[in-house]
Amino acid sequence: MKKQIFLLPLLILSLVFTGCSDDDDHDDHSHPVNEQEVITTVEVTLSDGDNTYVLSWEDLDGDGPDEAVVTGGTMPVGAYDGSIQLLNKTVEQFNADGSLNEEYYITLEILEEDLDHQFFFNPINGLDVTAIYTDMDSEGNPIGQQFGLVASNAGSGGLNIVLLHEPNKNAAGVPDGDMTNAGGETDIDITFPVTIE
Amino acid sequence: MRKILSTALLLTLCAVNSQNCNSSLSGKIIDLHDGSILPGATIVVLENNFKTFSDIEGNYTISNLCNDKTYSIKILHPSCDTVIFKWKASYGKIEKDFKLEHHLEELNEIIVKGSSYKDQSKSVLESQISNKTLEKYSSASIGDALKSLSGVSSLNKGNGIVKPIIQGLHSSRIIMINNGVRMQDQEWGKEHAPNIDVNSIGKITLIKNASALKYGGDAMAGIIIAEGPKVAIKDSLYGKTMLFGSSNGRGGGITSQITKSFKNGIYGTAQGTFKRFGDVEASDYIMSNTGLYEKDMSLRFGLNRFNYGIEGYYSYFNTEIGILRSSHAHGAADQIRAIESDIPLTIREFTYDIGYPKQDVTHQLSRIKAFKNLGDYTLELQYDYQLNRRFEYDIRVGNDRDKPALDLKLDTHTVLIDLFGPLGDFNFKSGIMGRFQSNFANPDTGVRRLIPDYDKYDFGLYTILDRKIDDKLEIETGLRFDYSYMDVFKFYKNSVWEERGYDILFPDLVVEEFSNQVLVNPELEFNNLSATLGFNYKLDDNNTLFINHALSSRAPNPAELFSDGLHHAIARIEVGDLRFKSEVGNKTSITYSHVGKTFNFSINPFINNIRDFIVIEPVEIRETIRGNFQVWEYRQTDAQLLGVDIDASFSISNKINLNHQLSIVKGYDNTMDEPLINMPPINTKNEISYNNKELKNLKISLQSEYVFAQNEFPNNNFEVYLPITETYEEVDISSTPDAYHLLNLNASMDFKTSKKSSLTVGLGINNLFNTSYRNYLNLLRFYSDDMGRNFLLNLKFNY
Repeated sequence: MKKQIFLLPLLILSLVFTGCSDDDDHDDHSHPVNEQEVITTVEVTLSDGDNTYVLSWEDLDGDGPDEAVVTGGTMPVGAYDGSIQLLNKTVEQFNADGSLNEEYYITLEILEEDLDHQFFFNPINGLDVTAIYTDMDSEGNPIGQQFGLVASNAGSGGLNIVLLHEPNKNAAGVPDGDMTNAGGETDIDITFPVTIE
Repeated sequence: MRKILSTALLLTLCAVNSQNCNSSLSGKIIDLHDGSILPGATIVVLENNFKTFSDIEGNYTISNLCNDKTYSIKILHPSCDTVIFKWKASYGKIEKDFKLEHHLEELNEIIVKGSSYKDQSKSVLESQISNKTLEKYSSASIGDALKSLSGVSSLNKGNGIVKPIIQGLHSSRIIMINNGVRMQDQEWGKEHAPNIDVNSIGKITLIKNASALKYGGDAMAGIIIAEGPKVAIKDSLYGKTMLFGSSNGRGGGITSQITKSFKNGIYGTAQGTFKRFGDVEASDYIMSNTGLYEKDMSLRFGLNRFNYGIEGYYSYFNTEIGILRSSHAHGAADQIRAIESDIPLTIREFTYDIGYPKQDVTHQLSRIKAFKNLGDYTLELQYDYQLNRRFEYDIRVGNDRDKPALDLKLDTHTVLIDLFGPLGDFNFKSGIMGRFQSNFANPDTGVRRLIPDYDKYDFGLYTILDRKIDDKLEIETGLRFDYSYMDVFKFYKNSVWEERGYDILFPDLVVEEFSNQVLVNPELEFNNLSATLGFNYKLDDNNTLFINHALSSRAPNPAELFSDGLHHAIARIEVGDLRFKSEVGNKTSITYSHVGKTFNFSINPFINNIRDFIVIEPVEIRETIRGNFQVWEYRQTDAQLLGVDIDASFSISNKINLNHQLSIVKGYDNTMDEPLINMPPINTKNEISYNNKELKNLKISLQSEYVFAQNEFPNNNFEVYLPITETYEEVDISSTPDAYHLLNLNASMDFKTSKKSSLTVGLGINNLFNTSYRNYLNLLRFYSDDMGRNFLLNLKFNY
């Protein structure tokens, strides 16, 4: 009787260890997670009808230690049509069937949730430009994915672009591009070096 | 010749025997709980079958005891648990009182204090929370209840997530035992509260050192032992139901429990709790998204005989906790705005709905335990299985809006085998532990897994010896060894893998390379040794000294080893280190305790030196698409914590009592020569209470809680460039809130509703003056005040 009592725990122990080591139900760890909402790349295209200038900002490792690669622009005084493209380059651009991967084009998601998003344009460090919204959401408020940029005077500085999630689009100044009262959360907050000649 | 010799020898022996057998033992048999005398107890000396009874005044006398001989004295009383005391006789007339513990005779549970044969540690004075006190916290959490003990504070995230801190340390440095099972519930996380329903517990014992080696060797801070209510071996059916409500949060709940037991030892208990609260309020505003929804149940059934017993236990715990909406900072600029604002940036109408961010955690625990008495020895076996499922929801966009950002599944199987009994002059307790744990981080969240998939095997071995040298001195010592092996599958971003230098240090760990990530398979091993040595010494009947030294070793937890990215909840990037080794702590605690008729006092100074203490601190600012974030890196250092806890109570009359508590703890990083972060500020609780047993057991108490400002903290402030204003702004995340003073009022009365049932009505007001304050140890202190005034109503039916 006594012997059996001491055998019992050993039996249980062996059951636990053999039982569990076989149960490898998660081979899933062989797939990396590619974050679906990460914005790795921002491309701002400015066009005056004749020439096109592209400002780009790219940080492929997201919150990792690699620094972002930023390309600014030098352009003459004038009026430009602008548009913003947001990309997630951690996922494939094309699906297996050759169609475009919607997760790659974050812009599509922003435009789908147009009521919840707004871009803001802040010229800083001596840059003298004015941005005006040229698009609107389903309630008639601006989004800013399409915009106009007027550069009347020469100078250089930075063009800071902020994308807010769930801003208060009706707060004072917000429809005119002043983000002071917008609240919300920052999806993008980046600055491009820009020179106006 | 030989015969004569042996006869002579025998005669001499008898002579010696009779010569020294003139000692006697006398004293009183006393009720452990209220000190009342117990007449009619049977006292049996097992060695010579001497039998006597305690008289009408509880007095007993045993004579003809032999000097230097150890006797087993068995005491039986109709309303008490039968106990056997070991006692070594010495010369003359010795006086000794025996204290007995009641059965669950009355349904109001009992307070077990210092019952000598059930101590978890002989050289540390244990603190306990009785069922009565626990009931006051039925609408709150186990962390709130633990805070009623001196030396315990809590690390909060709002009001729903309350993690105990013992003498300055928390999370994986505390062992939490729930009904004999060590909780495995992602307890390393700062915002992961213990998953135990406070209403399922009958008693909590706190040991402020690592001396209870039975449970593990890594309790640098201490051990919390929560046990279910005891069931008496007799035919009975009883239960209780409590209804509670609170004005703050505009919610409440119900908890109910029923127990059936039989004389033959079979028993069963079923218990359940349901709680729901909406947004709670600070003194001036609603704290949006701070609701709580909790559902728990537990079942216990078993057979308890004198020689053997078996018990099954199952508990289910589910909680859904809203996290203050305005605490979520997406970018650095948002964080600055949130911190600089005096009130939360998001204040909405009151609601019961719990939006994002939130936590949804389910913990299931099943355990089977058996014991068998083998002569002098007792063998215990236990197997338990725990399943913890943790979802954390963040504020996300698009199709991922309703997807959790964190989805962890933790399975743990543990087998324990313990044997205890006498060993020469010592009592020993010894055991082995085997544990298998598997963590699975679901990749479907679409968020990179900071905590990786791993399988972990633990093996532990311990022995504790204790010995009563004489009536005054009792010593104990113990040794424990733990081995852990972790088999980890972790994805690192290429850039992180290289920046940390891992590509050069550990090229062999790489299993597979992807375009921007690597899959690595670290296999980590830790060998940990822990030990304890201590004694308690009775200076006289009222004064006792406890001294204990404990060596503890703790393997780094998954967050400390593997973190490598943005932690949304606190808007910072956290980086762990694969190379960490175990922390080793040396804690010495001394307790002097005075127990008198009207005055009780205890003072407990301690010093805790920890080698390779793991801390996290800011190292740089990193630019990301959402602006600049602070990068915090874990690092190992040498730390020292020291402090003192003081408890005192004084009975002015048999109706009026005064209670006092003071806790001081200081913590320093010796390598950097700076204070440690999140050390509890000095706090003191003082209470005056009135209890009139004749007047429906009326109780009224007024408690004052004063928390000083923490004036020792590391400076972790940082500067952030804000493009819009073209300025650098300092983000003050270090400064500590001002001191505050809260008053809490409590009252209760008992009503007999029938012969077998009673009703207790309790009323309370917490934060009586609706003081607005912020608590240094609340992770949300940057964004919002703490909770304002709260009216509580409690109805308890015993039947």
